[in-house]
Amino acid sequence: MNARDTVFASIRSALAVNGQEAPRRREVADRLAGHPAGVVPQRGNLPPQARLALFVKMMEAAAGTVTAVASIDEVPAAVGTFLRRYNLPLAVRRGGDEKLGGVPWSNEPALEMSVGPSDGAQLTSVSHAFGAVAETGTLVMTASPDNPTTLNFLPDNHIVVLDAKDVSGDFETSIGKLREKYGAGALPRVVNMITGPSRSADIEQTLILGAHGPRRLHVVVVGEP
Amino acid sequence: MTTVATSPRFKDNVREALVDPNLQTALSFVEVNFIARRQEVADKLPEFEQLRDSARDIKNHTLAHLDLYLEAYEQRVVAQGGKVHYAVTADDACKIALDLCRQLGAKTVTKGKSMIGEEIGINAFLEANGVTPVETDLGEYIIQLRGELPSHIIAPAVHLTKAQVEADFRRVHTHLPHDRNMAEPETMLAEARAVLREKFLAADVGITGANFLIAETGSSIIVTNEGNGDLTQTLPKAHIVLASIEKLVPTLEDAAQMLRVLARSATGQEMSVYTTLSTGPRRAEDLDGPGEYHVIILDNGRSAMLGGQFRDMLRCIRCGACMNHCPVYHAVGGHAYGWVYPGPMGAVLTPSLIGVDKAGNLPNASTFCGRCEEVCPVRIPLPKLMRHWREREFERHLSPGTVRAGLGLWAFFARRPRLYGFATGIAARVLTFFGRSRGRFGWLPLAGGWTKHREFPSPQGKTFQAQWQRRMERRP
Repeated sequence: MNARDTVFASIRSALAVNGQEAPRRREVADRLAGHPAGVVPQRGNLPPQARLALFVKMMEAAAGTVTAVASIDEVPAAVGTFLRRYNLPLAVRRGGDEKLGGVPWSNEPALEMSVGPSDGAQLTSVSHAFGAVAETGTLVMTASPDNPTTLNFLPDNHIVVLDAKDVSGDFETSIGKLREKYGAGALPRVVNMITGPSRSADIEQTLILGAHGPRRLHVVVVGEP
Repeated sequence: MTTVATSPRFKDNVREALVDPNLQTALSFVEVNFIARRQEVADKLPEFEQLRDSARDIKNHTLAHLDLYLEAYEQRVVAQGGKVHYAVTADDACKIALDLCRQLGAKTVTKGKSMIGEEIGINAFLEANGVTPVETDLGEYIIQLRGELPSHIIAPAVHLTKAQVEADFRRVHTHLPHDRNMAEPETMLAEARAVLREKFLAADVGITGANFLIAETGSSIIVTNEGNGDLTQTLPKAHIVLASIEKLVPTLEDAAQMLRVLARSATGQEMSVYTTLSTGPRRAEDLDGPGEYHVIILDNGRSAMLGGQFRDMLRCIRCGACMNHCPVYHAVGGHAYGWVYPGPMGAVLTPSLIGVDKAGNLPNASTFCGRCEEVCPVRIPLPKLMRHWREREFERHLSPGTVRAGLGLWAFFARRPRLYGFATGIAARVLTFFGRSRGRFGWLPLAGGWTKHREFPSPQGKTFQAQWQRRMERRP
């Protein structure tokens, strides 16, 4: 018997089943297809404006910063303001995301822009979020050629452009949107749920920002929810 | 290559731990920080207790259908281009990982924090076979430098003080100026970040654990605050996931339920910083990500637990809340437990994995105060399970003769209530008489184990039973 068979035989013998029982198989198939929601906290069940406000509050509590702009035309200025505030070079790396491609970056003439994944040499990156969850102030980032995963982790400063309309109240709503876009049983290669900048408390439980990922996480919220 | 256990010499470990000043300083933070933080976030979420019920039910349901969910999970992983490998024992898992490293021509491997990795002793195995493993979680990195086991399942270096970490960094990071200032933890973190950044970029293979596996999508989930797990799995040629069979949950919604109780119970955060769902290797158009995605599914005794008294233990999601709230853990730390898993969860799991003959001391190291069960996010009845181990130890005649004789004597009286009441009545009177001047005893015959370390209070009046009887008689 190979290892796989041994493990399955051992599980089935412990459960006193053979794996062919129709009611068991049906129960599992139903749950996988129906994916029932469990207990959904009511915290995020709010009208759009209040939901966005909750996202901002929770993200700030997790040491992220947030700024709101009326339209994508204002994103370059928001990025410039952030970089100047921390005295950072006016240079960012971004993916080929359509939304980010449509930003009039020339509105911020001094800003140097490059497109592609990060190899660790870039100080600041810009990504476009798939969505966000107000409940805990969490960004939902999906990996693709347009938003490479390395941009989320290697640069010291991570700027995330988020459409106000994409903020969900709870995780279940965001999961629903992922399923809608990627199909049943499928996900993009990586989904990064990010709640604040990187940190560690491994030395005497003192919390310090900037462990291995970005030291700063800045969210630019675009438009009305 | 299972890590050698010092659990059989638990009592010696405890003696040493109690007089270790660094350890006692480091442990003093545990009780204060973890408990208060967990309580604060639990209080902020009105549905928290319901979520704990839900998390328990999801795990129970999954365990009852584990074969079928494992099949479904495997199908999804393969459909997304990943590979699933099964390991019956710790050795099997190590060999599979080494074979994969060799096929990829790997010289260095970065590692995200994985308790399964500790359980199977993968670092020592890889190292002995010419592959260099580098731990990247700050706490794991520190204990790797020291050649130690983690002393806590989510805070591996919780037993160390800042000064000890500083000394280790000076000893190992010899390429840096010796007179550099390292007074603040910030400086040490920055130093580790710089050293490990090079390792991340150079590694051929990244090995992570998994907090959960999702049957619906074939995804593995890791949860970190540092982002080290993500760099570990994103940058190298291949990502290897080490996971055990009980990590499965059915759907994304089920994972969301579990995640809501995990971070809150563990670190007292609403949500950990990075929760990452990984599904298969780099896709055709991707610009980054690992070219291969492998999952090693470990059994190592767990399927046997599924059929017995200890099935409840397989619900454990490794949050560490039980040890954070354990008065024994607070006093002796994690290393005293002598193997990979400390605290109450370790006291139940370790005998299952390495045998009660080696780990029988652990389930005895509990006052049964019940705080672990009170805070367990999946409501594992830890004291009950420890009691099962004590029973087995007794049945198998593994407990010492004095303990057996004592229990036998107690059982003799306990089965004879009148005699019990009579004997304890006399004992109480005698103790009251001799203890009347000081109110306590510095020494007592047959109780040396107690009075060696603390005084024994003298009884105040009648026995509990006598008082109870009187109270009942007075009732109208």
